[in-house]
Amino acid sequence: MGEQVMGSVIEGVLFLFMIVLAIYIARLRSLFAAAMLFGIFSLLAAGMQTMMDAVDVAFTEAAVGAGISTVLFLGALGLTTSEETRPVHYRFTGLFVVTATGLLLAWGTLDMPAYGDPNAPIHQHVAPHYLDDSTAEIGIPNVVTSVLASYRGYDTFGETTVVLTAAVGAFLLLGGGALSARSGRDEDHEEADSSGDSAAGGEGSA
Amino acid sequence: MNVFVISVVGILITMALALTRAFLGPTVFDRVLAANMFGTKTVLLIAVAGFLTGRPEWLDLAILYALMNFTGMIALLRFSKFANLASDEQLK
Repeated sequence: MGEQVMGSVIEGVLFLFMIVLAIYIARLRSLFAAAMLFGIFSLLAAGMQTMMDAVDVAFTEAAVGAGISTVLFLGALGLTTSEETRPVHYRFTGLFVVTATGLLLAWGTLDMPAYGDPNAPIHQHVAPHYLDDSTAEIGIPNVVTSVLASYRGYDTFGETTVVLTAAVGAFLLLGGGALSARSGRDEDHEEADSSGDSAAGGEGSA
Repeated sequence: MNVFVISVVGILITMALALTRAFLGPTVFDRVLAANMFGTKTVLLIAVAGFLTGRPEWLDLAILYALMNFTGMIALLRFSKFANLASDEQLK
């Protein structure tokens, strides 16, 4: 029992860190620092999801959020300035919409079954069938693998296609553009240099 | 109050300190260092929490996180130095 309490304490502290970090990122003007802090945010989310037993989701979050998206953010920063322009005035409509949406989502969770409840509908529908029969039907010892690769094979295939398309798009936007523009880069991008403390905006050439 | 609880508390405090450094900056490398340190702390937290909650197989996950943290950090530092994923001739 003490272990479960300690698990909740860890989740609570990680959640607190995430809230503080999110508020800080929203107020930050240096985009390079924001990219760094987004990486930390993803690591926190991954730790949180690991604590809640969703280790596969957590690892995806860590690899995508802290790994590739940080690199993509920095790649985008290499093509633009590293400082966010200060808004002329703050729009409270946005704050209102975000708060209202958040409250609606929190209200929606009230109807959900308790976390880890074995009688929740999701554990009653097809999960017992997968757990009991997947070894006989599919022949893979790992139930998660047989669900992903066989029972929901088309779903996984679609996801893979989406990820491939996204990767191709990102490379066309960032990598392809940088390659073709490299020769004319020094003249064209002088005005994009920022004088801030961030090195990402500078054209650091060896 | 076993040794894992104490370790978790220590790691959470260190996480808070790394977060403070990431907030305060002031230079890029303070923030890169803070992000790297935070990744290491996540690795440690997952490893220790696995033992705490009776699932020592989380240690494998922690090793995978360490690998990913290392790779990500190299990509990040290359970016902060060359403003793109530097090709080999740029490094020479």
